[in-house]
Amino acid sequence: MTEHESPASRFAPAAVGVATIVIVFAIVEAMIRAGWINRFIVPLPSAVLASFGRVIAEENVLHRTLFTGAEALAAGILIAIFGGALGVLLTRKRVLRLATETWVAAIAASPLVLIYPLFLVMFGRNALTIVMIGFAAGLPPVILKTVEGLSGTRRVLIDVGRSFKLTAAQEFWKIRFPAALPTIFVGLRLGIMFALINIVGVEFLINFGGLGQLVNELAERYDLPAMYAAITFVVLVSVAFFLVTERVERWLATR
Amino acid sequence: MAGDALTATPGLRGLVSPVARVRIAIVLVALLAWEGLAASGLVIHDVVPSLVKIASALWKLLSTAPLYANLGATLYEVALSLVIGGVTGAIVGLVLGGNRFLGRAFEPYLHYLGPTPKIIFFPIMIMWFGVGGGSKIAMGALSCFFPVALSTAVGMRQIEPVLVRVGQSFRASTAQMVAKIYLPAMRPAMLTGLRLGLGVAVIGVLLAETKLSNRGLGYLVIQRYTNFDMPGMYAILIVVFLLAIVANALLSRLGGSSSSATTI
Repeated sequence: MTEHESPASRFAPAAVGVATIVIVFAIVEAMIRAGWINRFIVPLPSAVLASFGRVIAEENVLHRTLFTGAEALAAGILIAIFGGALGVLLTRKRVLRLATETWVAAIAASPLVLIYPLFLVMFGRNALTIVMIGFAAGLPPVILKTVEGLSGTRRVLIDVGRSFKLTAAQEFWKIRFPAALPTIFVGLRLGIMFALINIVGVEFLINFGGLGQLVNELAERYDLPAMYAAITFVVLVSVAFFLVTERVERWLATR
Repeated sequence: MAGDALTATPGLRGLVSPVARVRIAIVLVALLAWEGLAASGLVIHDVVPSLVKIASALWKLLSTAPLYANLGATLYEVALSLVIGGVTGAIVGLVLGGNRFLGRAFEPYLHYLGPTPKIIFFPIMIMWFGVGGGSKIAMGALSCFFPVALSTAVGMRQIEPVLVRVGQSFRASTAQMVAKIYLPAMRPAMLTGLRLGLGVAVIGVLLAETKLSNRGLGYLVIQRYTNFDMPGMYAILIVVFLLAIVANALLSRLGGSSSSATTI
């Protein structure tokens, strides 16, 4: 983008995007009112919008959001500790890294969440199962990115450290770790996002906990507008989390 | 792979490289620890069953018909969801990647909706497509759509202008441009999208099967759970993970790309 953009042309695409969504919802509303779409399958968008207040007031949404947030936080702390430690271990022991890095990548790409029935048996139908699923899902990216960050320190930085005769511990904390931090944060963000996705998913599947359970309960009650509203709410929470962490990641990368 | 440097080093003791030795050691230690834990009685009965029990359950599973009927159902659902989600994702990605205005108008929605938990849409899919295979295919297609669309859009934008100019200087027609320039240049990006799409489609279908279904591998897992047949559950999980790894490796080989862990 070399040419200067006027404010109008900068905001035009976003305006078209928002307008399209509004128009689509208006068309759906009209089609439901005309009877072309069964309102017992797709509720009126206006009814969904109106039920937001009811869902937030009656379904303990704040408490549920905090519950899911606490699960994600617990999983995130575990991911940071174990992922970071394993990442450092694999960076230090090259043979271990060569032996296991492809395994970690394979686990990252596998349908790991499917072991949730196993965790149900091991830990019971409680928050621990959900946290452990989040932990398992979020661990591989943190390991991989920690290894990538720590082993990708620029040579010149390490040479500067050597010229100051830094000890191994000083070299790690003063040079390698700060240099790797942006990359490690990319992994941590991915890991916590995977954890959050899986936590909400498993909450929905086992009907326990916070936001995921809310969707399941409303679906079982066949409260359609509220169910659609709850799903929209969960999506908005995920998007908000994604946006905030994306900003932090950019800030870290430009520091 | 970086490991080749070590694995190919000549003059190592015996035929086994240090990396292979470490791998064998890890597997052996894990298996021994598992067997020890199973024999110790520290965990509830059968939560960690003996390897012999798991092997016998695996053999029983592989030698009976139900696995193949359910495997067929899951593969059918995954394949159809990959076709539906992949084709719609590729079309949307081509349009958004090819048109700067549309890309800026709609791509942020894909970007931010991509990493949301798709399984919570399952109740809607049940209402729209029924309790049978349709809702599972819809779950897989919905999951698959986002990575394919995003990768295709990015791939389209990353085509080197010089390639397009070469095509134009040869006065290539639109069809020739698509076949000779655009598609070959976008192949890695599209295959990456497809590989990621396959991964999430498998997850979408299997999770949906565990929630509400009467067939498929996800259903088998949850059935074993309900009957507390732990060796049986391990056997099915082994089959599922092996299939996922093989499918991922095949697609990686096609695309020649690396780990997917860093992409959503």
